[in-house]
Amino acid sequence: MLFWLPLERMVETMIDSYRYIGKETPRRDGAEVVTGSAKYVDDIRFTNLLYGEVLRSPHPHARIKRIEKSKAEGLDGVEAILTWESVPDWKFGTPPIFRILDRKVRFVGDAVAIIAARTKGIAREAARLIEVEYEVLPPVFDMEEAMKPGAPQLYEELQGNELPLYAPVLGPKSLTEIVMGDVEKGFAEADVITEGTFGYENIPNPLPPESPSAVALWQEPNKVTVWVSNQQVWLNKKILSEIFGDNVEVRAIGGPCGGSYGSKVMSWQVQCYAAALSKATGKPVKVCFSKEEHLAAFVLRPETRIHARVGMKKDGTVTAISGKWLLGTGYYSMTTQSQLSVGAGEAQIAVRCANWDVKPTIVCTNRNASGIVRGFGGQELKCALIPLLSLAMEKADLDPFEVLKKNYVKPGDGYYWRDGNWYSYRGVDYTKAMEKGAQTFVWKDKWKGWLKPTALNGTKRTGVGVGVHGNADIGEDVSEAYVRLDPDGRAVIYSSVTEHGTGQRSNCIKVVAEVLQLSLEAISITPSDTLITPIEWGPAGSRGTYAILSAVIAAAEDAKQKLFQFTAPLLEVDTGDLETADGVIWVKGRPDNRIRWEDALELRTILGHGHFNPDYSLANCMMSFVEVEVDTETGKVTLLRVVNATDVGQIIDPPGIRGQLNGCLGSAGIDSALFEETVLDQSTGCILNSNMIDYKWRTFSELPPIDNVIMETPFASHRFGAVGVGEIATSPGPSAVLMATSNAIGVWLHEYPVTPQRVLNALGKVGSK
Amino acid sequence: MKVNEETRKKSEEDKRISLIINGNQYSLEVGYESYKVKRSDTLAHTLRETLGLTGTKVSCDDGACGSCTVIMGGKAVPSCTILTVECEGKDITTIEGLGDPKTGALDPLQQSFIDHTAFQCGFCTPGIIMSAKALLNKNPHPTEEEIKEALSGNFCRCISHYQVLDAVLAASGKDGGDND
Repeated sequence: MLFWLPLERMVETMIDSYRYIGKETPRRDGAEVVTGSAKYVDDIRFTNLLYGEVLRSPHPHARIKRIEKSKAEGLDGVEAILTWESVPDWKFGTPPIFRILDRKVRFVGDAVAIIAARTKGIAREAARLIEVEYEVLPPVFDMEEAMKPGAPQLYEELQGNELPLYAPVLGPKSLTEIVMGDVEKGFAEADVITEGTFGYENIPNPLPPESPSAVALWQEPNKVTVWVSNQQVWLNKKILSEIFGDNVEVRAIGGPCGGSYGSKVMSWQVQCYAAALSKATGKPVKVCFSKEEHLAAFVLRPETRIHARVGMKKDGTVTAISGKWLLGTGYYSMTTQSQLSVGAGEAQIAVRCANWDVKPTIVCTNRNASGIVRGFGGQELKCALIPLLSLAMEKADLDPFEVLKKNYVKPGDGYYWRDGNWYSYRGVDYTKAMEKGAQTFVWKDKWKGWLKPTALNGTKRTGVGVGVHGNADIGEDVSEAYVRLDPDGRAVIYSSVTEHGTGQRSNCIKVVAEVLQLSLEAISITPSDTLITPIEWGPAGSRGTYAILSAVIAAAEDAKQKLFQFTAPLLEVDTGDLETADGVIWVKGRPDNRIRWEDALELRTILGHGHFNPDYSLANCMMSFVEVEVDTETGKVTLLRVVNATDVGQIIDPPGIRGQLNGCLGSAGIDSALFEETVLDQSTGCILNSNMIDYKWRTFSELPPIDNVIMETPFASHRFGAVGVGEIATSPGPSAVLMATSNAIGVWLHEYPVTPQRVLNALGKVGSK
Repeated sequence: MKVNEETRKKSEEDKRISLIINGNQYSLEVGYESYKVKRSDTLAHTLRETLGLTGTKVSCDDGACGSCTVIMGGKAVPSCTILTVECEGKDITTIEGLGDPKTGALDPLQQSFIDHTAFQCGFCTPGIIMSAKALLNKNPHPTEEEIKEALSGNFCRCISHYQVLDAVLAASGKDGGDND
């Protein structure tokens, strides 16, 4: 069965003027958001609630010799204290070798004990009263050091701190490298060959405002309900079921998610702590990380270091890429293998090249773990790959805009995607969007050549850069939805999608209103509850617009078809002769031959079912142009302007996409090239900036102008011809900033962010650290 | 430890704190029991946990992000850095107090945030609205620069800043149109 419409049929079904699609409509949750009545998980009230607290390790690497908890247990109000000896033997991660509390601690902040008490204050006091004796072990923080013989070993199960590359979640042959063609032949064909190393190793934090939180209620023997504030609610059920075992029935109830940017796709950490403490006490337990825990003990971007050779022809054709790609995941991995797979696929989407030999390694070190962040492997890869390509462009004296435009995937090109299969790209050609972006930015005037500033003004110099990114995960994984038609002319969408900022729930309502021609007010969407709502992978990888909406559209179409099948005999016509709008059905061309839903259905409802199967043959694209000003006296780099260019087929919600694209700055995006970093003290393993004063973020006072160029060339996706792009907004910008800053100062920078220290060091004005 | 708790409990007996929140007079007991206001409780904690006014969001709990902003004595303040026991006699407005208490109608600034989709995840929105409201109360027609300055203590990670500026400008009668 085809799960997309052939292009010709799709264009036929598209109509010039939609009732809601592409129109500005208010977000369904607007009133709740602006009145503060939106219930994030910490806002929900429970009876008999206990508060969970985590006692954390002060050492980056140590064996626990003894834990004395009697004093803490004696404190009035303490109901449970669990340590590695008493916690359920739940294992998680890839591979599943990581315990929620272990005999060893592997980073500063690793969990040693979890406590449930009547108040948060009592739980904290209990944590202070627990005495722990450690056997301190030598730590390792650098990826290459960790791989050397004799390096401290984090796990008995891992040789040389290296993790297996296979990602079981992506299928039996997940992509574990980029290898194809013959690189030696490719280098022989090249006009220039360059070699270098670039690293994106500042492990920035996506830092959603709402810290990771969960409430769990374990009902013996085998039922657990978790209230979550996550991006992907159904995924909580799936992953927790894997951790707890098949005999445990997991129910996940989702509400609004106060920011995620990937990091709160699901939060097994807080959920497992809450579930274990609830299992031990029989009461609901809430665990809300403090902002310090969020910054120091939740998840960061993976770190990337690539050493590679690039071969390029004078016309910008990339003939060969060969190199080593190191990915640092910190003390454990849940998804780093998947990020590698997706990143490896995305490299081929951005760079047409017949000959690749890029071999990755995933390394564990004694720092807080890496996890999912917007850009999912690809941003981390691009931050090194585009500078590596740039060295060749510089040598061949080529304009990077032209080279990136030329090499981006075109219809008919192909790539190995994350599941290891080859896909032929059937989306639009992004050349026009890129050219419109360049025109808006006035790239041709601003580009002066490699390592040349655009303008000089006293001690200040400006420079420009460009980056590109794209993802074929816009059609990833499975989505399902039901649409129920009620006799009163209303419809209800059953979906586990929650709102994490993209307007996804409102967009589900919009497409159903469009298909059924009902008012927006006539459509409701159920709360997200896996007991009620069907399988839905959830919004991730920009899949909301294609995958999620496809399932919702299919459910609405199915419901409409069933409604017509039921009504046709009543009106004595064929199903295909009917139309409906605003709760009325009529015969095409005979509007007087009509019947209201309530008269047709009486006391009956109609249920439509929609299912979406994965499709990796479409990819989105974002090209970002940036201009920076470098103060050569202070080393400060200021972002002057951003132009983002993309093509989304059809805009569903104009203010929604505007917000998503403006999001290029935050959540460990462009600003991770300018000033954002997690500072790890390499002598103690402590994160030095785990608070929101020392962790730098952009304020209202420092907003650069952003122009978003959004083209609408129909895609062969669903009946509205749209694809999503929000996830990748952060990804092309960082390498563009590195390029722009290097051009401004006339020297290549190789590390992120471009701090005053690094700029002044490159200018020879100060020494390195 | 026990001795300290006893002393603390005793010293807090029979004390009450009076404050006005969203036009309502509150008289709260100060004490160690969970239903009372502890001397160490922040205003944000009291609003959320004692009074159930969960519209005030806590993010950093450290005075850095502005999520918990309320208006006290006409000024926008981060309620996580103020102890409730220091608020005797203070007049406080939270996000729940912005609408019309009789009709339930939204404040024009709240409506403007909806009209401009001036939020994404929405978690920081109540704090941003309170900071903007405090500005508009004092300066009904601020410039864009004045709005940026007034909101510079409010963290928004989704980057809804541009749409927030549109919303505040429109609410102040200066519709700035697109800023990005």
